[in-house]
Amino acid sequence: MTPQASAGDAALVADLEAAIGADRVRADAAARYLASRDASIYREGNAGPVCYPGSTADVVACVQVATRHGRAVSPRGAGTGLAGGAAPLGQPVVLSTTRMDKLLEIDLDNGVAWVQPGIVNLDLTRALAPHGVHYAPDPSSQAACTIGGNVANNSGGPHCLAYGVTSAHVLAVEVVLSDASVVTLGDLTAEPTGYDLRGAFVGSEGMCGIATTVAVRLTPNPPAVRTMLLCFDDVSDAAATVSAIIAAGIVPAAIEMMDQRCVTAVERFAQAGYPEDAAAVLLVEVDGAAGGVAIAGERIADIARRHQAMSVRTAADDDERARLWKGRKSAFGAVANVMPDYYLHDTVVPRTRLVEVLDSIYEIVDRHDLLVLNVFHAGDGNLHPILAYDSRVPGADERVHAAGREIIELALDMGGALTGEHGIGVEKREYMSRMFSAVDLDQQSRLRASFDPHCRMNPGKVLPSAHSCSDIGALRASDAAGVWG
Amino acid sequence: MTEFDGVLRTFAAEVGSDGPVCVRGGGTRWSLGGDLSPGTREVTAPAGIVAFEPAEMTVRVRAGTLVTELHEDLAAAGQRTALPERAGGTVGGALMAGESSVARLGLGPVRDALLQVRYICADGRIASGGAGTVKNVSGFDLCRLLVGSLGTLGLVGEALVRTVPVGEVERWVRLPGADPGAVRSCHTAASVLWDGTDVWAFLSGYGVDVDEDLSRLAGPAAEPPTDVDGPPDLPPHRWSCTPEQAASFGSGNGAAGRFVAEIGIGVVHASEPQPARPVDPGVAELNQRFKERFDPTGRLNPGRDPLRKP
Repeated sequence: MTPQASAGDAALVADLEAAIGADRVRADAAARYLASRDASIYREGNAGPVCYPGSTADVVACVQVATRHGRAVSPRGAGTGLAGGAAPLGQPVVLSTTRMDKLLEIDLDNGVAWVQPGIVNLDLTRALAPHGVHYAPDPSSQAACTIGGNVANNSGGPHCLAYGVTSAHVLAVEVVLSDASVVTLGDLTAEPTGYDLRGAFVGSEGMCGIATTVAVRLTPNPPAVRTMLLCFDDVSDAAATVSAIIAAGIVPAAIEMMDQRCVTAVERFAQAGYPEDAAAVLLVEVDGAAGGVAIAGERIADIARRHQAMSVRTAADDDERARLWKGRKSAFGAVANVMPDYYLHDTVVPRTRLVEVLDSIYEIVDRHDLLVLNVFHAGDGNLHPILAYDSRVPGADERVHAAGREIIELALDMGGALTGEHGIGVEKREYMSRMFSAVDLDQQSRLRASFDPHCRMNPGKVLPSAHSCSDIGALRASDAAGVWG
Repeated sequence: MTEFDGVLRTFAAEVGSDGPVCVRGGGTRWSLGGDLSPGTREVTAPAGIVAFEPAEMTVRVRAGTLVTELHEDLAAAGQRTALPERAGGTVGGALMAGESSVARLGLGPVRDALLQVRYICADGRIASGGAGTVKNVSGFDLCRLLVGSLGTLGLVGEALVRTVPVGEVERWVRLPGADPGAVRSCHTAASVLWDGTDVWAFLSGYGVDVDEDLSRLAGPAAEPPTDVDGPPDLPPHRWSCTPEQAASFGSGNGAAGRFVAEIGIGVVHASEPQPARPVDPGVAELNQRFKERFDPTGRLNPGRDPLRKP
């Protein structure tokens, strides 16, 4: 839907322009339309004026103006989020961090880089390459997503199996709070004093404040890497191999799994060299010192063969390794060759239950007459079933949503989690009550309210409506029409 | 959603909903963050391992369990946790103190080890944060908020903790006069300690990698490494510094007295306490807001304040 201009916006826009410059504020329909959605299927976002601050001072000024006009504020990075977290609700002032994209300092003595939030994940890692270090979290969208967005979503990626998700890689973060004050959460010391507020902030989906500078941990490049492609003629054997690798005390840098439909799509799209006759493939990467990498690689190959692997292939050089990874990272684009639309799921299950959960997902999808492509971070049980469909077919959307609901229920029934890396956003907000009790949600609400007592930051996300009454108030104050009004 | 077991419900009943209360663990870090207010009722957290899943690399454990006993059980499957071992120290105490093991370089910090927490809120109800999986971003991160909170926001009854594999070969070695930075660059170094003169290193990993690191360290210009039972005696006070400050701690920190610095991490163990660290007023206010929101009557561990941790 096209965002509707609000009659009161003229004064707001004038004040924003006076505060940060007319060239940094856009209120036209095109700008607001683009800022109203992210990469999710959620289409009900409704942006107010869009600001492009260039500094912390600009962000402070925007928050002050928004507050003066009774408007909420929604931060936005590259808009690659998949849960509607960056879809603004209630015509808030949208703060796009894309012009705050500087790498401010590389501090090798402390193993840290200071960056602005709008820097693109992959640009950061490329800039670090000459120093022999990298930024470990590597979401599939790393060529476009920003560090600020990664902080908001506590983003993951294939290599987070060994290295941990974003929260393990953020040492300090400068934040503009909803009262326009600026605080730095965390620091470079080993054990910062006080509550771990940087830990509480990371993953808060823009609801606790706006990150304006981030100190990220630098990870030394491993001296040796081995990338292996393990192919199976049975999905269950592939899943059982994952559990057996972990049970053997081996923690690879990554274990990615793709089923046959995904392999076929990827192969035709990216020519990665995957065998199309395999029912499932595992892309396994081990890194570390050379001797241990060789031992771990051999043990993994043995485990795979014991689980009836059709073939075990080790990338011979960097080119082959890059090609194998290109296949994995192209998976979502490759779906376009299968169906015009897809819905990408993100749930987590205990990794020892992968076999049964995959069986159940195929059963659910068959029952709803849909196609599923499975490509996921198998090593940590983080499933990404892709439900491919054609939205022009009557009833397709409904079937996708029904199957999606069942997959979520399945994951939770198996002791899993709603999301492993995409976040809750709007998409899974109402499922939070299925995973958490009223007491749990009350505690989460207290965390959020400690940062933002008046719920002015990115309102309407994460917490289900019964636990975010103030949010609803904030939304209605800012938009008489209301998102849910 | 989880049905809490009877043990947790009994613990919640003991904590109750009125009056100042604290949990006594092993008492190994009892004075951290200030002395308890007089008249505070002490309760004890339940103990015992609820479920150890070696193939999941997680252990669900009650807060009153001794870390050493937990690690003995995990060792049978070749695993351990990142929690520090102290004589008499409990899982709950380690989480609430938030201080990492001396082998943090290899094991990671305590803040990254807690996957799910079940705790008693200030109003006596049982809450759960995090998830039962090794990866999760569902909602706000109560786990990290609670680690290091000294029991001032909630009283932990049970935790799901990430486990890590024990190295196939593990050796503590002493390297007289070695360059701590060079030892830090060894891939198997899970701990590098430096007292201004000598270096102690805990090497953990595949035997072939440990051997290679040892042969590198025993170069012609250095005295050969000698095997030792463990780290040196650590002075009693804990300083939190940047890695860069710790690496140059010998100069300009005379007030610290004898010291042992954790190279690559920034913790320095010293014979004298660290001077109070300045706290930004905005951060102090935020800390206060958290305390007021989570414990409006101030009944949980009154007198303690994580901002007063060294």
